[in-house]
Amino acid sequence: MSTQIPKETEETEGSKADAEAGVPSKGDVRRAEKRRRAAEKREERRAEEAERAAAAEHTIELRVFRYDPDVEEKQEPRFDTYHVPFEKGMTVLDTLIYARDTYDSSLTFRHSCRQAVCGSDAMFVNGGQKLACKTQIVDLEEPIRIEPLPHADVRKDLVVDMEHFYDQMEAVEPYFQTDELPEGELEEQRQSRENREKVKMSTRCIWCGACMSSCNVAAGDNEYLGPAAINKAYRFAMDEREGEDVKQKRLEIIEQEHGVWRCQTQFSCTEVCPKDIPLTEHIQELKREAVKSNLKFW
Amino acid sequence: MSQSYDRGLIEDFSRWREFEAGMWAWIFHKFTGWVLIGYLFTHIAVLSTGIPASGAETAVLQAGTDVYTQTIVSLEQLLLVRILEVGLLAVAVFHMLNGTRLLLVDLGVGLESQDRSFYASLVLTGAITVASVPTFVAGAF
Repeated sequence: MSTQIPKETEETEGSKADAEAGVPSKGDVRRAEKRRRAAEKREERRAEEAERAAAAEHTIELRVFRYDPDVEEKQEPRFDTYHVPFEKGMTVLDTLIYARDTYDSSLTFRHSCRQAVCGSDAMFVNGGQKLACKTQIVDLEEPIRIEPLPHADVRKDLVVDMEHFYDQMEAVEPYFQTDELPEGELEEQRQSRENREKVKMSTRCIWCGACMSSCNVAAGDNEYLGPAAINKAYRFAMDEREGEDVKQKRLEIIEQEHGVWRCQTQFSCTEVCPKDIPLTEHIQELKREAVKSNLKFW
Repeated sequence: MSQSYDRGLIEDFSRWREFEAGMWAWIFHKFTGWVLIGYLFTHIAVLSTGIPASGAETAVLQAGTDVYTQTIVSLEQLLLVRILEVGLLAVAVFHMLNGTRLLLVDLGVGLESQDRSFYASLVLTGAITVASVPTFVAGAF
């Protein structure tokens, strides 16, 4: 910046001299135009730099849920406020990591891959279930309120007990089973492209538990399988390689009292899913499958 | 799960500002459903008081002095009843439109535009309700 100031005065002197010379030549006009454009560009650059400087000073205000059952003074849940310097491309997880490393090493939250694959950092951010590593700060309103997932037992700070969620996932037998094996011993068990397309979205689940936390029905009924587990069941029930018998068994699991019929199509799970899985659509399709397999007109 | 750790009312109730379209649709559908059930029983109770009119003379019926006609006429004279009728229509129309939307959802049709169909049913309900006001409230003031 400082180097530009003398240059600028020189130029203004130059333009004065041009004006005094009377009728400007074509070259003078061109030069004046060039100078004007250069000045404009400088102005632009200065504004940009000022913006960047302001951004560097810009801090994010976090309100983070704190609770620790092991320390007597921390048993009463509270909100701690942290101010974290903003960086371009910052995610909610980045701010939490900064807050933990800089201010309070006791701040506890799960995270691992930081790229929306491991599914360990689902949190309740500004009133919605979000994957912290996938949620950009710029998309959020300040102050950012971070809480553990609702409708789950809080272990400490932002860590919730996932045991119940995992139990529900296991309940639908989330693994490939088949009674139809290919002939040769080394033969591959191929899936048609169409069938792969059909189950594609359902395979994207990362077991983060955001859907289960957002589900109003699951909140009131602990036995309800929940969107994630039903989606898992969908993934295998729709897989053509599993065969009719296995599919029948799967439908029996999902159509029990606390299975698909508990879903009241509030679309909460579909809204919060960080992997954009059309959960409600899958649940609805399984409902139809269940009806079809039970309806016999002969 | 939710029973074992209680973060107070925030857990279930004060999140309404963050509710998405599908959630509002569900709440409105439940609410209108209960209102319609309530209306059904009131309807039966009120009309039952007019049963004696079935034994009345033809002349009395034609003169409109029987208990059934009297009940209806006296109810319709009340401004509150007129306004409640508009409300009842709004509730019934929304329940029907959203019910159609839910039917489509059950059939797996247009699930990606479920929020828009909810807004559409809200707007339609509003339009029909406003259009009905002259009919229901005419002569009530």
